[in-house]
Amino acid sequence: MSRLGTITRRTLLVGAVAVAGGAAFGIYQIRKPVENPLTPDQGATLNPYVIIDTSGITIIAPRAEMGQGVHTTLAALVAEELDVDFASIRVEHGPPSSAYYNGALMHAALPVADYAMKDWQHTVVGGLAAASKLLGLQVTGGSTSTVDAFEKMRYAGAGAREALKAVAAERLGVDRAALRTEGGFVIAPDDTRIPYAELAMDAAARPVPDVGLRPQSDWTLLGRALPRSDMRAKITGQAQYATDIPLPGLKFATVRICPHLGGGMAGFDPAPALDLPGVERVIDMGNGVAVIARNTWAAMEGAKAVQVDWTPAPLPADMDGMFTAIAAAFDTEPNSTLRDDGDTSALPDSAINVEYRVPFLAHSTMEPQGATAWLQDGQMTIWAGNQAPRICVQVAAEAAGVPEDAITLHTTFMGGGFGRRAETDAVAQVARIAAEMPGTPIRLTWSREEDMRHDFYRPAAMARMQGAVADGRISHFNAAIAAPSVTRAAMTRIMGSAPGGADKGHVEGAFDQPYAIPNYRVAGHLADLDVPIGFWRSVGASFNGFFHESFVDELAHAAGADPLAFRLAHVAPESAVAAGVLERVRDMSGWDTPLPEGRARGVAMTWSFGTPTAVVLEIARAGGRMRVDRAFMACDPGLALDPGIIRAQMESGLIYGLSAAVMGEITFTDGRADQENFPDYDGLRMFNTPQIDVAILQDNPHMGGVGEPGTPPAAPALANAMFALTGTRARSLPLRDVADFVV
Amino acid sequence: MSITLTVNETEYRTDAAPDTPLLWVLRDELSLTGTKFGCGIAACGACTVHVDGQAVRSCQVRLADIWGPVTTIEGLGDQTPLQAAWERHQVAQCGYCQSGQIMQAADLLANNPSPTDDDIDAAMGGNLCRCGTYTAIRAAIHDAADQMGGAQ
Repeated sequence: MSRLGTITRRTLLVGAVAVAGGAAFGIYQIRKPVENPLTPDQGATLNPYVIIDTSGITIIAPRAEMGQGVHTTLAALVAEELDVDFASIRVEHGPPSSAYYNGALMHAALPVADYAMKDWQHTVVGGLAAASKLLGLQVTGGSTSTVDAFEKMRYAGAGAREALKAVAAERLGVDRAALRTEGGFVIAPDDTRIPYAELAMDAAARPVPDVGLRPQSDWTLLGRALPRSDMRAKITGQAQYATDIPLPGLKFATVRICPHLGGGMAGFDPAPALDLPGVERVIDMGNGVAVIARNTWAAMEGAKAVQVDWTPAPLPADMDGMFTAIAAAFDTEPNSTLRDDGDTSALPDSAINVEYRVPFLAHSTMEPQGATAWLQDGQMTIWAGNQAPRICVQVAAEAAGVPEDAITLHTTFMGGGFGRRAETDAVAQVARIAAEMPGTPIRLTWSREEDMRHDFYRPAAMARMQGAVADGRISHFNAAIAAPSVTRAAMTRIMGSAPGGADKGHVEGAFDQPYAIPNYRVAGHLADLDVPIGFWRSVGASFNGFFHESFVDELAHAAGADPLAFRLAHVAPESAVAAGVLERVRDMSGWDTPLPEGRARGVAMTWSFGTPTAVVLEIARAGGRMRVDRAFMACDPGLALDPGIIRAQMESGLIYGLSAAVMGEITFTDGRADQENFPDYDGLRMFNTPQIDVAILQDNPHMGGVGEPGTPPAAPALANAMFALTGTRARSLPLRDVADFVV
Repeated sequence: MSITLTVNETEYRTDAAPDTPLLWVLRDELSLTGTKFGCGIAACGACTVHVDGQAVRSCQVRLADIWGPVTTIEGLGDQTPLQAAWERHQVAQCGYCQSGQIMQAADLLANNPSPTDDDIDAAMGGNLCRCGTYTAIRAAIHDAADQMGGAQ
């Protein structure tokens, strides 16, 4: 049961002591507190991250736990300083609050390649955390959670520990420095043991002593593979997702929204639905309907039965029309040229000119979109898996017509996120339905078909690549990238308008790669195509990694060079860290040893979200079909806080990327997605997932993310391996269009 | 009209429509939410439960057709060798598919106490995991098989 108790965002705790200050300018500013949003029913809260009561210790990990293990690592940061038994702590998401701003989101703000950032630039970026604090950006994304939390959550643990010791010191009449802490107890020199719970109320009411952080050499939790805090709940069916909340008198809802994206509804007849057993109500949602029933199946059957007159989508009628709209962007002025070294205008006659393209993709989380809401006496309670709690509150308030401070949001576990749960569409829907039915709790579950047809898709994208080699090296590399802008689409949804200026996210994974090339240009062109698009695991790097690393392979072939040695020759002068991951996959995969007939290897390396990640794939032809047999990955996220979770994220990112590379494709006819369920849009399964070896290096001086960097190198490594095996270069995805895979 | 069914050794009576899939009877009528909805067409395995000791996709079993006692993840117990292996290998990420994965793996081991990799591929191929926990699942199944064999 929740230890948070009743939370209203206006409530300021008695004795609230904030120890989570800004990481602004790299200096911990303990005297600039954030408001503590926690108001536990029992026990005491020492800061926004720690609640102590007689039944134990609860750590608030204010980032979305969507499978990436963030709850475990964030809790370990607090526990490392707090001296509690890690196995016995509870971890919760916490409420929507500006206290939980993500200071590291701004790491992506400077128009500079991460690998090339100077120390002063890292300092500037640290200062930008203040902007995130000011805006109260409580957002999970961009592989930033651990970077953001690394100092402030350890300070939260240390501050709480010292406050508890200060209270104990007063009671015992001894000096605080004479006390030690262990396993949730303050221990006096005479071995008197006082449980934290007996000290917490007083500790919460006093200022936090100045504290420093323990040196890495003293760590007992960080740097180790810890048991995940959510594991037992998830293997016993006890973990609660947004549609698992038991409530009295619960009714079950689903929606059917105009499948022609951007279209609407001219009219509908609910009668056929209302004739079905269990269907109780059909609600007009403006551009579609919601059906309320005694169970979800009845609601879904009802939704299918409603007669609806849809209006058309304002989109090109087919994929040719969509790619024509994307290609048209090449003729416009580039939005960005964040890489523009030397002169790429005068290409030699031997230059290669090729075009690449990738399709739209769905997130396809295992858990379809859904949420639960209950309006009682003007107060609305919402349960939702989400990556942006404060934005959820805003859209729910608007949809339900209630003030924001009448909304309580509980963030539940998420059945996958991958960027999809940064969107708030299902939350707005459930709020609207619950507002139509005051007093009745509503559990909204989308069908898989609704989920696949109403995604915020990874955009289709194209690249025109020009390049040349001279003396075994790349002399020219000129990339033009065209796609609709995810950043602008998402910011327009959230803020009502899009930021101007260079869109860095659009060209990430291409402009910011650590290659020493004298004439090197990456131009980003923003396409005018209004398909709903959003953040999809690794965002721009999900397509730019494919373009960049496939084309590097083409240039290696043109130079007659080994693709891995060729990369190293260009990368080593720019970044020893990136060279390190390439060398490691070379050694792990036995790259320099020949393979038997019918087998081949491919390599790719992408630096994204602060972490260079190299992949070698070994593929085999078996009975005319292609299969990926082995995968070797090396990443360098710098300090590795939990190698078990990092390994799991690397495997996960790779499989997500390979699934898309082999079979991922969303196409539209009249603005309606042609794919509707897993048989049309599948992922890798047990039988076609390769054996995966992961190496984690720690030579990177700056901590990087781990949730996304495994994805970008997957597709190019596979396409490059296919070239090595067949001599055919795949310049579009998915690869099942050009080869028969084991699926 | 009401229909009686036995779930996790408890008898329930429901007046839901006879066509209602077992999945939604479990989740919405009986509040047993450990079993998950993923696709509704037997393409992902998230809803896997046992009926009369056999793994089935509960989204495809009509309430009126249930032919034996039902076991869900809640009824499997929480200390089975399979779950212990899942914990040792830290299998779950988002966790949403894991109830179905575990129920399917339990069925596999009940029929085949020492499965090969090919056996695991064949038995588990219908269970999708978008987080990509497959290598950990494979290792956990082998581990559980070893533990259970060792106990015999």
